[in-house]
Amino acid sequence: MDHASILVLAKGLTMAIGGFAPALAIGRLVAKAMESIGRNPEATDKLFVPMLLGAAFAEAIAIYSLVVVFTLN
Amino acid sequence: MHIPTLAPEVIFHIGKLPVTNTILNTWIAIAIFLIIGLLLRKRINLKPGKLQNFWEYFLEILMGYFDQVTGDRKKTLRFMPIVGSVFFFILLSNWLGLLPGTGSITIGHEMLLRPANTDLNLTVAMALSSVVISHLFGLFTVGFFTHINKFIQIGTLVKSLRKGPIAIFTALIEMVVGVIEIISEVAKVLSLSLRLFGNIFAGEVLISVISALIPFLLPTPFMMLELLVGLIQAAVFTMLTLVYLTVMTTKPHGEEAHEAHN
Repeated sequence: MDHASILVLAKGLTMAIGGFAPALAIGRLVAKAMESIGRNPEATDKLFVPMLLGAAFAEAIAIYSLVVVFTLN
Repeated sequence: MHIPTLAPEVIFHIGKLPVTNTILNTWIAIAIFLIIGLLLRKRINLKPGKLQNFWEYFLEILMGYFDQVTGDRKKTLRFMPIVGSVFFFILLSNWLGLLPGTGSITIGHEMLLRPANTDLNLTVAMALSSVVISHLFGLFTVGFFTHINKFIQIGTLVKSLRKGPIAIFTALIEMVVGVIEIISEVAKVLSLSLRLFGNIFAGEVLISVISALIPFLLPTPFMMLELLVGLIQAAVFTMLTLVYLTVMTTKPHGEEAHEAHN
């Protein structure tokens, strides 16, 4: 296998594996938030900002793998 | 198709100092804030005019959110200069990247303007300053020895020497925890900078690629997503800085119990 094909493979696999767990995490987080809003619709405003904050933290892990993809050459 | 490179491109040199396209965007953001600041300063009044009212509205909303983190209005007001400036600066530089000029006006082969946070230098500088400032605030608020004791827990060890073997054992374990805390400070800088850089740079690459493929209507939902991402990343950076500041300026847990005891 030459350099170019391994590079393509590495970039693809990095992003695929690195994006899997953050997606799962954000899904579970937002699902819990939806459930809480369903039980208590008045708490929507209080829940919104912490949910976004939590989602941004989880997403940061996916961004780290994206940065690794950008630095591979 | 011109995908932006990881390193920003140098446009010209002032003497020996290279000026990159991201620095130009930073200067534009600073100029906008200077003008708004000077305008506001001339017209500050107990009965606010339109501009002052506008900014006071946003400031009130921000202070409401910050109060939820610090729990104390005086602390929020104390941290507001740093945290507020970081928020507005990151927000403005993210949103400036969506205006029609950035990315399309070219000098030679390179773009003249590029969103400021796509420069890893800027995000690392901001993250480093935030963490260092939080340490400085901690040093000046809780005192030198209490602050150092959070990381190199020699004070705990000395105090526990009087209490007996179990306390000494616990204190030794806490010394290891203190060293891990030092490592986590470095991780804070890395995560803050990479999170902001990665999000904004990825958005820039996405918009460049989509605009090169189908420039007609397709970039619109991506640009709206970029608006949202810019706002969220500014909010996350700000909230994290505020949390670090708050954590550093609170006394450690055991001491409060001790003081309550005595």
